Amino acid sequence: MKLTRRETIFAGFGAAVATVLPLPALASVDDAVAAFTGGADVGSDGITLNTPEIAENGNTVPIEVSAPGAVSIMILAAGNPNPDVATFNFGPLAASQSASTRIRLAGTQDVIAVAKMADGSFVRTANEVKVTIGGCGG
Amino acid sequence: MKNIKALSVTASIMGLLAAPAVAGPDSDSLVINGELEMVTETAAPEHLDGAVGDTIYSGWRFRTDETQALQLDDFDNPAMLTVDKAIDYFNTVDGSEGKSCASCHEGPEEFAGLTASLPRVEDGKLVVLEDIINGHRAEVMGAEPWKWSGQDMQGMVALIGLQSRGMPVDVKIDGDAAPFWEQGKEMYYTRYGQLELSCANCHEQNYGNMIRADHLSQGQTNGFPVYRLKQAQLISKHNRFRGCIRDTRAETFAEGSDEFRALELYVASRGNGLSIETPAVRQ
Amino acid sequence: MADGVKPRVKVPSKAAAGEAIVIKTLISHQMESGQRKDSDGNVIPRSIINRFTADFNGQNVVDVTLEPAISTNPYFEFEATVPESGEFTFTWYDDDGSVYTETKSVETS
Repeated sequence: MKLTRRETIFAGFGAAVATVLPLPALASVDDAVAAFTGGADVGSDGITLNTPEIAENGNTVPIEVSAPGAVSIMILAAGNPNPDVATFNFGPLAASQSASTRIRLAGTQDVIAVAKMADGSFVRTANEVKVTIGGCGG
Repeated sequence: MKNIKALSVTASIMGLLAAPAVAGPDSDSLVINGELEMVTETAAPEHLDGAVGDTIYSGWRFRTDETQALQLDDFDNPAMLTVDKAIDYFNTVDGSEGKSCASCHEGPEEFAGLTASLPRVEDGKLVVLEDIINGHRAEVMGAEPWKWSGQDMQGMVALIGLQSRGMPVDVKIDGDAAPFWEQGKEMYYTRYGQLELSCANCHEQNYGNMIRADHLSQGQTNGFPVYRLKQAQLISKHNRFRGCIRDTRAETFAEGSDEFRALELYVASRGNGLSIETPAVRQ
Repeated sequence: MADGVKPRVKVPSKAAAGEAIVIKTLISHQMESGQRKDSDGNVIPRSIINRFTADFNGQNVVDVTLEPAISTNPYFEFEATVPESGEFTFTWYDDDGSVYTETKSVETS
């Protein structure tokens, strides 16, 4: 196994810090994408992710994703304790490869969508969502 | 009251109120299910004597487009899940007398207009919808009272409120209601807590400005109970009052206290003329 | 079964054959993330809807894997093609083994 420089840094960093700090989910985002794509190259055309620029509350953030011709779309939230959000698998009667849902975001962070296309290729996009914290409680 | 208002600290309240990134309400109009037009701004009631300017606005006008959208269609409105449960409950027998709401009442539609007129005085006491519901549970059904802000109670408050949706808030403030209204008004302008904030400091003098990350509304109650995204459930008026007073770092009054009943009447009267939006969606 | 789970589904009752229709679904569910603690400091165990499927006359429209980052009262909106008259079946799978289903008929013209 050949480690890239980046992986080596992460491995060392992770070992040193894991017991002390809750790690940001960056490493596991890479893992989740790799598991989804099998390490294939990932393009950026043909996928659209709509998210609010500012979410008034991170508990319920509306998102909409569309990737015409996709077989499945995975959504990740890079700054959550666990980055996995949802995976949509589209069947033969899906009229479009698009869906909307409402998600939880622990703070300001990137929301990532990766689509697997019918030809086996992959595309990815990401949007930053600012989550306002410190408003009036209830 | 005038002298208290004169103590306004508009520039900054301990640095909490930042310069407005977004000033005032937006100009969107609220049409529910593509057909029910709501009055989200109207002439301020006379008793306000210009305290908020000429116009009162629904809290909906101060929310982001994404939050506003959740209230445009009853299917998208998550509050309706709890309202659906309340419809089931309406027809479910509960308590020692073997009765459901439906044993005495044709259906929730019977209560059209009720929420628009509450709180009101009955037999010398100021009564809100939670009192009426628990009163009927105890006296007619022989059932245990519901917790004030529980989802059973607030689901029923929302179901009954929904029957008045689109009607203007129209609470009575004179006659036998006057002393309660005066008590509520006194509370509205009283500074509470270590931060020494009154309701008016935020919701009268600074609506439209940001308090930290929140876009301050006029604090209208015409959409309550509201589905609040933060708690992902229905929030009662008294829960909201308690949250505000707690945020001033004060000991708060209890939900269901006479103080909050009086405040509920006064705050409702500041919204006389706005459409009932129950159940609204807020952040 | 988790308490008071209630699905809501919005599907047009009529459609032209082959037409794309918009479907909305909502189900009441706490979606306990497994990240929260109770007042004694103990972690509240995860309890979520982990899968949602929509099928029409036995053919799949969408099959969704849900994680704890899906909000309370999971909501989905998507488009389906209706080739002929028939019935949609919507199924939600709970961590506790419960399965909730809802069906809606559509007539094509």
